[in-house]
Amino acid sequence: MHTAARTRFALAAVAVGAVVALAGCSSSDPLETDAASSGSGETLVVGSQDYYSNEIIAEIYAQAFEANGFEVDRQFRIGQREVYLPEIESGAIDVFPEYTGNLLQALDDTATVTESTAVYDALTEALPEGLRALDQSSATDQDSYNVTAGFAEQWDLVEIGDLANVTEPLTLGGNSELETRPYGPPGLESVYGVTVGFTPIEDSGGPLTLKALVDGQVQLVDIYSADPNIEANDLVTLEDPEGLFLASNVVPIVSDKVDDTATEVLNTVSAALTPEILVSLNAQSVNDEDSAEDIASAWLEEAGLFS
Amino acid sequence: MNLIADGFAWLTDPANWTGAGSIPERLVEHLLVSLLILLIAGLIALPVGFTIGHTGRGKGLAVAVTGGMRAIPTLGLLTLAALWLGIGLAAPILALVVLAIPPLLAGAYSGLESVDRRVLDAAKGVGMTGLQRFTGVELPLSAPIVIGGIRSAALQIIATATLAAYTSDFGLGRFLFRGLKTNDYAEAFGAAVLVIALALLVDGLFALAQRFSVPVGVRVARSGEPTRSAADRATGRTTTNV
Repeated sequence: MHTAARTRFALAAVAVGAVVALAGCSSSDPLETDAASSGSGETLVVGSQDYYSNEIIAEIYAQAFEANGFEVDRQFRIGQREVYLPEIESGAIDVFPEYTGNLLQALDDTATVTESTAVYDALTEALPEGLRALDQSSATDQDSYNVTAGFAEQWDLVEIGDLANVTEPLTLGGNSELETRPYGPPGLESVYGVTVGFTPIEDSGGPLTLKALVDGQVQLVDIYSADPNIEANDLVTLEDPEGLFLASNVVPIVSDKVDDTATEVLNTVSAALTPEILVSLNAQSVNDEDSAEDIASAWLEEAGLFS
Repeated sequence: MNLIADGFAWLTDPANWTGAGSIPERLVEHLLVSLLILLIAGLIALPVGFTIGHTGRGKGLAVAVTGGMRAIPTLGLLTLAALWLGIGLAAPILALVVLAIPPLLAGAYSGLESVDRRVLDAAKGVGMTGLQRFTGVELPLSAPIVIGGIRSAALQIIATATLAAYTSDFGLGRFLFRGLKTNDYAEAFGAAVLVIALALLVDGLFALAQRFSVPVGVRVARSGEPTRSAADRATGRTTTNV
């Protein structure tokens, strides 16, 4: 009798352990996470944009929750901000990785701040009732101007303003909206005194934009700062001392269902996530084609968080 | 409702009708690039289609190839082409030519195929050469169907030529992309209306051309032959004595 009970206990422990381990490895199947419920008991719904890098961050949040005993329902790859923002506001999603500057711009298009802390403060003001921004991470994923290493060397370019010394005509390549954005050609002119032509390339700093830059069809391109292609193609990101670009740090946006323990979990993740780490996580997705689950669990293990 | 009103407000805003990158300029660009694509695709597809229809050889291959080409996603092909050719107009032109070839080819060979065998036998019987049969019998009798193929290709090209703006500063797609990316849906809606209007206009012109391309003899025979089915008329199938 005694031994039987012990055996049963051991079996149960193994089963729970196995489920927790499975949940740690993670999959998008919500059924697998059922047994790991020593946390608040409520299931936290984690969403993500239809953007691979955002999905990796969301997966890190999800696995961090699971490692701390929360149940997680993954609603990834929802789409663009217009689609998911109402879902967060309605309470259908509890946790969403966001970017301070871009989200601020979406919530308040009259905002003029660009510096990281100011953007974060403005964002906490602008968020609708019931939503909070937790600590922002030092990792950013924001617009940045890039040139080839050869071009940077030829004209001795470090900052955006150095482009004013280039005597050949400059063409900027990027999504069509860049042409009218405050950090596009008008901002380059007014803030840095740099005059550029514009060529639309509608792949958001993707392979076509890269090719146009490398082929010399354009000299300057807008690529997101966490894009591993910047490093892989030996591009030089021009510094932006005047704050032309809106700072956009990674930040979790959460609903009231996220309690103090869950908040602590996300703040720990955000503190550990640096710009370099975000680039390397993205590189694992772009170059090695690893899944978000694998990338997230490998990093959490490597960083020694929650172990 | 608001969006529609905003869209029409965008369309009627005089500021959008003058200057660089204005509506008239984009309309002309869109029409020109569409015509160029239609011309290139026509030069490739029509001779091949006519040869297949005239000789009756290679039809199986043509059906398979055009079917396969229809399945190619244009945006994917455009991206591939642009990775090879670089940004600019060349890549979208290539992608849209591929889009336009299947309807042109199908129109050409099925048009010729639809010509009544007895009419061709008669033409052969009076001593017409292959070329004479093609230009004097097959082409006029199949014209409505061939033009139907061109019409369908033109419609697809104009509707899809918005993709030219994916890699170049060209066409009505510029308004669409910019509107979508900046949440300016009035602009996107206005641009969509322009594309639709242009497509319908060109489609209407080809519909007229199609109607007037029916040979006089066929029209006369039709008016005296009220029992023929509508389907027959639509495909231009006719048993008239030319």
